[in-house]
Amino acid sequence: MKVIYTDSLVIGGGLAGLRVAIASMQRGYDTIVLSLIPAKRSHSAAAQGGMQASLGACIKGDGDDEDVHFGDTVKGSDWGCDQDVARMFVNTAPKAIRQLSAWGVPWSRVRGGDREVIINGEKVTITEKHEAHGLITARDFGGTKKWRTCFTSDGTGHTMLYAMDNKAIQLGIPVHERKEALALIHEDGVCYGAIVRDLITGELIAYVAKATTIATGGYGRLYSVTTNAVISEGIGTAIALETGVATLGNMEAVQFHPTAIVPVGILTTEGCRGDGGLLLDKDGYRFMPDYEPEKKELASRDVVSRRMTEHMRKGKGVPSPYGDHLWLDITLLGRKHIEKNLREVKEICEYFLGIDPVKEYIPVRPTQHYSMGGVRTNATGESPTLKGLFSAGEAACWDMHGFNRLGGNSVAETVVAGMIVGEFVADYCGANPLNVSTGTIAHFLKKEEKKITDLLVRDFGENPFALKAEMQQIMMDKVGIFRNGPDLEKAVEELTVLNQRARHIALRNRISSSNPELVEAIRVPKMIKMAQCVAYGAMLRTESRGAHAREDFPERNDRDWLKRTLATWPDDSSDLPELSYEDLDVMKMEMPPGSRGYGVDNIIVHSDAEKRMAEIEEITKANSSADRFELQQLLNPTPIPEKFKGKNERIGRGYK
Amino acid sequence: MSDQARVLKFQIFRYNPLKKGDKPRMVTYEVAEAPGMTIFIALNEIRETQDPSLQFDFVCRAGICGSCAMVINGQPDLACRTLTANFADGEITLLPLPGFELIGDLSVNTGKFMRAMSERVESWIHDLHADEVNYDALEERMDPDVADEIYELERCVECGACVSACATKRMRPDFLSAVGFMRLARFALDPRDKRTDDEFYEIMGNDDGVFGCMTLLGCEDYCPKDLPHQTQIAYLRRKMALIR
Repeated sequence: MKVIYTDSLVIGGGLAGLRVAIASMQRGYDTIVLSLIPAKRSHSAAAQGGMQASLGACIKGDGDDEDVHFGDTVKGSDWGCDQDVARMFVNTAPKAIRQLSAWGVPWSRVRGGDREVIINGEKVTITEKHEAHGLITARDFGGTKKWRTCFTSDGTGHTMLYAMDNKAIQLGIPVHERKEALALIHEDGVCYGAIVRDLITGELIAYVAKATTIATGGYGRLYSVTTNAVISEGIGTAIALETGVATLGNMEAVQFHPTAIVPVGILTTEGCRGDGGLLLDKDGYRFMPDYEPEKKELASRDVVSRRMTEHMRKGKGVPSPYGDHLWLDITLLGRKHIEKNLREVKEICEYFLGIDPVKEYIPVRPTQHYSMGGVRTNATGESPTLKGLFSAGEAACWDMHGFNRLGGNSVAETVVAGMIVGEFVADYCGANPLNVSTGTIAHFLKKEEKKITDLLVRDFGENPFALKAEMQQIMMDKVGIFRNGPDLEKAVEELTVLNQRARHIALRNRISSSNPELVEAIRVPKMIKMAQCVAYGAMLRTESRGAHAREDFPERNDRDWLKRTLATWPDDSSDLPELSYEDLDVMKMEMPPGSRGYGVDNIIVHSDAEKRMAEIEEITKANSSADRFELQQLLNPTPIPEKFKGKNERIGRGYK
Repeated sequence: MSDQARVLKFQIFRYNPLKKGDKPRMVTYEVAEAPGMTIFIALNEIRETQDPSLQFDFVCRAGICGSCAMVINGQPDLACRTLTANFADGEITLLPLPGFELIGDLSVNTGKFMRAMSERVESWIHDLHADEVNYDALEERMDPDVADEIYELERCVECGACVSACATKRMRPDFLSAVGFMRLARFALDPRDKRTDDEFYEIMGNDDGVFGCMTLLGCEDYCPKDLPHQTQIAYLRRKMALIR
């Protein structure tokens, strides 16, 4: 039995995982990162658009601060988020971006003086403050009151990931590449690491650790068309589910991005619309202002995606061999801007579509993009039910996104959660001795060994590639942008059958070392369980909130559904998750539920909403001399680690 | 679209070093071409329907992550963004990227090479005071043009095409290669990195470094991100030559 011991085991080498690893290492704990691939190839690199942080240096970000960012995030989430976490996030984001600046990210900077931009289809001249010259600038993104999305030309995620991985290399953090975690080791409600397969030799290794962090990204590949990388299959989240102890949160909350190219589903960044790009229909008509007079193309993603689908259903889509699509027009931004700030988009158009977006429209339609759901954690990033198991980034349901994530808040979450959760992981390593019997480790190792042996000796059975394709089609057709009861019931039924079939996978290539078919055979049963959590959760949630849109229940029902879905998987013989619900406490909210100000206003109100509103008014009145920080502390005290509690400085405003 | 799909003929290098008795060989696969088909799509189809043991690496499949460089009809390039329609005769030969440890078939261990490169050039900001920075305060300012210039050199995706196209690397196994020079040029340009020219000389001032380059510039020709290798290598060489 090969066993590797460490203090802090991090599964996943993207931005969130690396940042947690850096935190543990800097606090003096032995740390190992596991990754399917070289860390710099992680899907974090694909974030073209930017990272939200309320620095307020560019003129269109003037007046921005944590409170405005908080309001946008909560509204974006359709009040589904955990407000404690959203608050920790917005307060820490400016520090995270400044830290990354010191670590080498070449953030695009403010250039004092006049510059020409496109706003609402018109050329406008704005004047940047000279005193802000050289500070980190920002662009406009959907669902935000201010220009808050900081960026590096067209390669934000790339430069952030490179800086982060370089920092990890500087600290000597080992990244064990081409390793896949197959199961978590746990006993009596405590997690002790993972059973891991070497993807080259096929060897099984037990990585035994005090703290284990899952940072494996989202589960976009449950869908047949997604913007996500091929590795975003949700396996990290699935191994937490398979413990039967850890819970997953809000798995039905799946975001569709408005502008992926047709047919392959590669993303063109929200920066296209943030910088002034428009959505047009088959007549070349700009339709978004008709639906969303205020935010237009820049309402939140869930809203824009639905409006686009609605418009195509009216027969206004552009017909193509791959179904209808709409046009994204960035020609009005001009060659210079596109070649500098949207170059990745230009390359994608040239290589995959054979068009020049400087002159031609881009064929786009809404496509699966982001997983709000994931491993449920409390505000410290730890699973409330499985001690020693942490999660950060898209893999987690830390829950700052609720039912819809704002553009620019995902890479921001990865690094901010990495900072915050990383501290709590280190605290945990310091406070807990490693106390696990080798018998327990051997038990989990043997279980995985047996699963693989069974696969390698079975003569006849299901084809894993075919099972996966069937699952992806079910999710695509029946658990998509608009959902309804009958389709969801059918999806659950069909996934149940697939889940049973997945117990009888047989291989054609029966070797235990490097073997893509075996990898698929190990992953597909996990993915089907995850898909079932999404479909079943969506079926039972009889309301519409954020990205979860039920045609048969169009209201956001705060009265009955202001709660988070929790899923556990009872055991290997189950076909359905067990669901329970966790209420969001309105009486503790800094911002009680209300209207988002975009999308359809259709709310069944919660009885506490008004009560809490009145209470907040009272607290505000009684503390009329309190500044915004003191007041916020009164309304929503949050467990931010001591070292991140400082106020953030802004140009022209100081620390106010 | 014509009704009659073209049949593509792939010649693919096959060898699994971990399989006893396996020998390197070329294997032919036929695939019906679909509109907009990339090598990524074709290879997955071959794996799913013809040979599930076929090894290759893709991650983002959008030309961003640098995982899938391979030799396509004699030239290194990113397979994910290469359209099959680009090949008039429908014949496509695929070989793994030379210069890297072979994992199997088209999969090579670029990760190990790149980590070693990063350690060798110390691919991070060198500033003794970097960890004392107060992140609550305004960040250090940077000239907007300098930020843009650094980004231009940081667009490398570590795909390894430059390494595989480098004749010097063939002759000198420890040659740093264009990917390493580009990284050094990026940090040499960055005002946040306090390393002196002398310190950079210690890293690259020898024949396995910038003085070993024979200026054949396969790197410049095959970089999928069109990075300015020629200019930067010339710049570094002049800078280093002037020191001692």
